[in-house]
Amino acid sequence: MAKRIDVSDLDIYYGNFKAVEGVNLSIEPRSITALIGPSGCGKSTFLRSLNRMHEVIPGARVEGKVVIEGQDLYGSDVDPVDVRRQIGMVFQRPNPFPTMSIYDNVAAGLRLNAKKTSKSDMDDLVERSLKGANLWTEVKDRLSRPGSGLSGGQQQRLCIARAIAVQPEVLLMDEPCSALDPISTLAVEDLMMELKEQFTIVIVTHNMQQAARVSETTGFFNLNGVGQPGRLIEYNPTEKIFSNPDEKATEDYISGRFG
Amino acid sequence: MTSTTSAPPAQQPKSRPGDRIFAGIAKGAGVLILVILAGVAVFLISESVPALTASPDEISGDGGLASYIGPLVFGTLLSAVIALLVATPLAVAIALFITFYAPRRLAAGLGYVVDLLAAIPSIVYGFWGIFWLAPRLVPFYRWLEENLGFLPFFVGPVSSTGRTMLTIGLVLAVMILPIVSAISREVFSQVPTLHTEAALALGATRWEMIKMAVIPYGKSGVIGGSMLGLGRALGETMAVAIILSGSAAGITWALISSANPQTIAANIALQFPESTGLAVNTLIASGLALFVITLLVNMLARWVVNRRADFSGAN
Repeated sequence: MAKRIDVSDLDIYYGNFKAVEGVNLSIEPRSITALIGPSGCGKSTFLRSLNRMHEVIPGARVEGKVVIEGQDLYGSDVDPVDVRRQIGMVFQRPNPFPTMSIYDNVAAGLRLNAKKTSKSDMDDLVERSLKGANLWTEVKDRLSRPGSGLSGGQQQRLCIARAIAVQPEVLLMDEPCSALDPISTLAVEDLMMELKEQFTIVIVTHNMQQAARVSETTGFFNLNGVGQPGRLIEYNPTEKIFSNPDEKATEDYISGRFG
Repeated sequence: MTSTTSAPPAQQPKSRPGDRIFAGIAKGAGVLILVILAGVAVFLISESVPALTASPDEISGDGGLASYIGPLVFGTLLSAVIALLVATPLAVAIALFITFYAPRRLAAGLGYVVDLLAAIPSIVYGFWGIFWLAPRLVPFYRWLEENLGFLPFFVGPVSSTGRTMLTIGLVLAVMILPIVSAISREVFSQVPTLHTEAALALGATRWEMIKMAVIPYGKSGVIGGSMLGLGRALGETMAVAIILSGSAAGITWALISSANPQTIAANIALQFPESTGLAVNTLIASGLALFVITLLVNMLARWVVNRRADFSGAN
């Protein structure tokens, strides 16, 4: 199920503004890849280009190639809707549907895949997804209550449950813990360690300790100045990035000398 | 051992003149609306009393107040409900198109045109309805009678002028379209990006995103907008007075025949100039009925909106 992602010569634009330039990297399956860098360097933009969420913004477009197990995501015959069904996403701020119950939130993605699912199969899937997100014991007695009534950390795990319920091949996480307290953060990080057994995970984070704790590989994005496109400066095993990076800029950033 | 110490004086927060003045103005405005509403209610009730207490044979028509007002209430509700049934889906569709489908430049223009519909005086709608719309609807009504005449709504004989209950329902629908669609558009455009993106990231198509995130979020706003529209349709006077050929038909479901019940507001406008004494009180009593209807409609709408307040997205 987990798949490998190859990105080559990727340029990302908002209208005429080039936000990210010349990204080349390959993301290994069944691992966690962290993207770090200062604000505005294009790491979230890059992440959103991996499941074609980038183009939701009017005028946004992409040049270059993103290939997942041989399939070009930006091929002319590829429907972005299908891409997003294969590649799940968790956002910076928890965003369960406020008008749906906890149960319906988890089932939302499954119901999109028009296949008729029987009530008992659906119950199983919801339970399995909530267990997968370490949320089952906390919510099993109030599945019909609104998801927006949960705490921030629980809501974020609910969003993860919703994303993994459709069995995606890749899970993208855009600063999933930045709105959470340390305990909820730990819960989500533990969860990521379990999920990488099954999924390819790419996470954007501002928290370098988090990148060091959870990821196998780290990419460092930076930009030369305001109005300049962001670039992938260094892409190496996390251990190397945090102990002996190839690039001076990476070392400066990690040691807190800027950014 | 009794203690005589009183509770320490409550700490008064320092009050600033600006705050006090603003609070006073706001409170005054809030009280004023209650006073006006109460004043209207008191006037309606006190002026209706003579009609309410009069013996049945003194009321115009025969059979007393209930049989005078009953058909009017029925006509009012029927025309307003037709208007609402036609206008709400159309208004929601227009709002969705403007918010999510139309190119930006077209969307702005279209929104402007829809708002402009609200600025047309109701008398103009009345003329438009009677001279333009009604004659053009007659062939359609004939078709309805031929093909769907077995339904109580479409029994003949078809009105030859087209000045029927269905015509007035359609004119009212056009009249309330702007308010319903403007409010729907407003709530749809306020759906947080967070929620629309959540739906898209799950692999929803645009329509699925609208079903999943937009409509549930905007539902209470749309209901609120429809109720405002319903209020306008219930109270509309001039257009109805001009178009509807008001014969005292009593309560009938026939929508395309020439025998139609009048509505309360139009009946008051038509009868008032020639009324004196108890007849005026009777008209005011029918006005009281309209007041009560709009009050009930609003309470119903509020109840519908609050029923699932937990899931409204407001928390």
